[in-house]
Amino acid sequence: MSDARSHILQRLRAVGRAEESELARPVASHPWSREEKLQRFTECMSAVRADVHLTNEREWCNDLQQILMTKGARNLVYAPATPHGQILQSGLSSGDIELIPYDQEIEQWKSRLFDETDASITSCHGAIAETGSLILWPDETEPRLLSLVPPVHCVLLQADQIYSTFAEAVENQGWAEDIPTNALLISGPSKSADIAQVLAYGVHGPKSLVVLVLR
Amino acid sequence: MSGEFHDGVVKALSNEALRGHLRRAMDSLIEKRLAVFPDSDELESLRHRCMGIRANALSKLPDLLVHLEARCEEQGIRVHWAETTAEANSIVLEILRSHRVERLVKGKSMVSEEMGLNHALEAEGIECLESDLGEFIIQLAGETPSHIVMPALHKSKQEIAELFHEKFPDIPYSDDVDELTAVARGILREKFMQADAGLSGVNFLVAETGTLCLVENEGNGRMSTTVPPLHIAVTGIEKVVERLTDVPPLLSLLTRSATGQPITTYFNMINGPRQPGEKDGPQEVHLVLLDNGRSRIFADEELQATLRCIRCGACINHCPVYTRLGGHAYGTVYPGPIGSILEPQKEGLERLGELAEASTLCGACGEVCPVRIPIPKLLNRLRWEGVRHDGSGETAGQGKRRKQSQALAWKGWSTLASHPALYRTAVKSASRFRRLLPQQLGPWTHVRKAPEIAEKPLRELAEEEGFSHE
Repeated sequence: MSDARSHILQRLRAVGRAEESELARPVASHPWSREEKLQRFTECMSAVRADVHLTNEREWCNDLQQILMTKGARNLVYAPATPHGQILQSGLSSGDIELIPYDQEIEQWKSRLFDETDASITSCHGAIAETGSLILWPDETEPRLLSLVPPVHCVLLQADQIYSTFAEAVENQGWAEDIPTNALLISGPSKSADIAQVLAYGVHGPKSLVVLVLR
Repeated sequence: MSGEFHDGVVKALSNEALRGHLRRAMDSLIEKRLAVFPDSDELESLRHRCMGIRANALSKLPDLLVHLEARCEEQGIRVHWAETTAEANSIVLEILRSHRVERLVKGKSMVSEEMGLNHALEAEGIECLESDLGEFIIQLAGETPSHIVMPALHKSKQEIAELFHEKFPDIPYSDDVDELTAVARGILREKFMQADAGLSGVNFLVAETGTLCLVENEGNGRMSTTVPPLHIAVTGIEKVVERLTDVPPLLSLLTRSATGQPITTYFNMINGPRQPGEKDGPQEVHLVLLDNGRSRIFADEELQATLRCIRCGACINHCPVYTRLGGHAYGTVYPGPIGSILEPQKEGLERLGELAEASTLCGACGEVCPVRIPIPKLLNRLRWEGVRHDGSGETAGQGKRRKQSQALAWKGWSTLASHPALYRTAVKSASRFRRLLPQQLGPWTHVRKAPEIAEKPLRELAEEEGFSHE
């Protein structure tokens, strides 16, 4: 099909265009304080029925356990090679919640991940206050499907990692220079309004999104 | 109006329930959009910026496509080029065959609708399942999307409940939206697990980083592009932007214009297949770049603005014609104002030129377009292209809508209007012999009375009142 390529490019190149001046690319941001950013983030998340819990490094494990029990989760998929994974292994005291490590390729355990898991936990790469979005950069240790398949997705967010806008995060984190295989913004639980414009949650992805903000 | 379009219009207008349903849906979308743009200065400056981003990308289109291709290939994304939809279908088919794919699960893609991909693959024995809830519903019903963002917008809750009951008789009847959604979730999760390949569209391509961006709320796009071992993305060549920093403003304007959401649930940026050590993600990612008439649209400096479109559907939601007809009456893949400028250019004026006339030129589409495509101006331009007979210009089917009788009538009018004496005589005779003029004026008088001509022309009345000549 290289013919198609050269034909298309040839047709496009045949069109003479005046050289455009370089596009101005200002980085949109808001002058919000840390507290204001956290507040805005929480408001946006709550508006789409995500739960935001304020906690800290010492207590998040207990808080998580409480939340999972309220939601009736019997197990939790996690990434064992992450720092929070290590903490979970020793910190999750209740035997009621089984820890399931995501430590093999998806092909080895697809049906178990889809059919038997109740909840998952991931870290994140920061968040965006303006739209109430979590930034996830899944990688070798924290696979992509951790944040998609289990019905409850819990996320650990450092309070000082909230940017005011997406543009600010892209700029400050240098995305253009070092973009991962997969980068995601997650702004609430899965939802759809495809049936009669009525909003329904939990279509294909998680029905519930829980953010644990570490202060 | 010709046969197919005319029949579609008559059918749509006589469906009272559909009209009420569409009116309510459009009103709610209009309100939601308004609510999410409280500051009109911010909206206008964002529109200005995004128009610039898209215009800049088009001004460098061939170079950006080559750069995109190189970046994608570096990251392991295989890039394919297709001039026609038939070529695109055979590229997809070939990839699927080489992987012995039997079951394909699809995320929402209007370009795949443009390709007629489902039919092409099903004819080859490959199961093609739509996984976007709206697309899933219309696939069950054997219909096509009636809106580019909300494909099942024309269906009421009850119609969907009956459809599910008919197709899945084992599941108890319900018209509760949460229950219907749960039914679809259950069925489709199985399918995601079993699929041999996933196919999606693309919202933005980033040349700088070789990134495929997907915007969605449900998670089916992520499922389709992450769970199966093979991912194929299909998209038009115009979707590329130059830099990653062009994406945040476009994304903000896209979701707010489309559904009044500050952002969608998922924004998925794909930069390659599963890397060594990674535990999930597709082993292979392919990108099919489709032309299908776009390079021809590109050649006309004014009409090129059509290619700035980011497919938000705001022009559709605000169109008085669409609100009365719905999407199916247009008989095209893309309905509404954007369809009425895009489809005649893609398919040729001979076949679809009349769509450019399916507009009141009220201007709403141009006012809400996030990338400021002057849609009313382009509709007018295409009307002209349809009857133009000077042989220059690039639009397919140029001059094919020219009718000898119409051309004569305009010529006659032009002669009259530029010869005062002749004009006076004509107007005078029209009023004198007004009772002899025909009362049946074709389609115009099917639903209206013929215009009544006054006993005396204005000029005579004015003269009688003592107004002087000049």
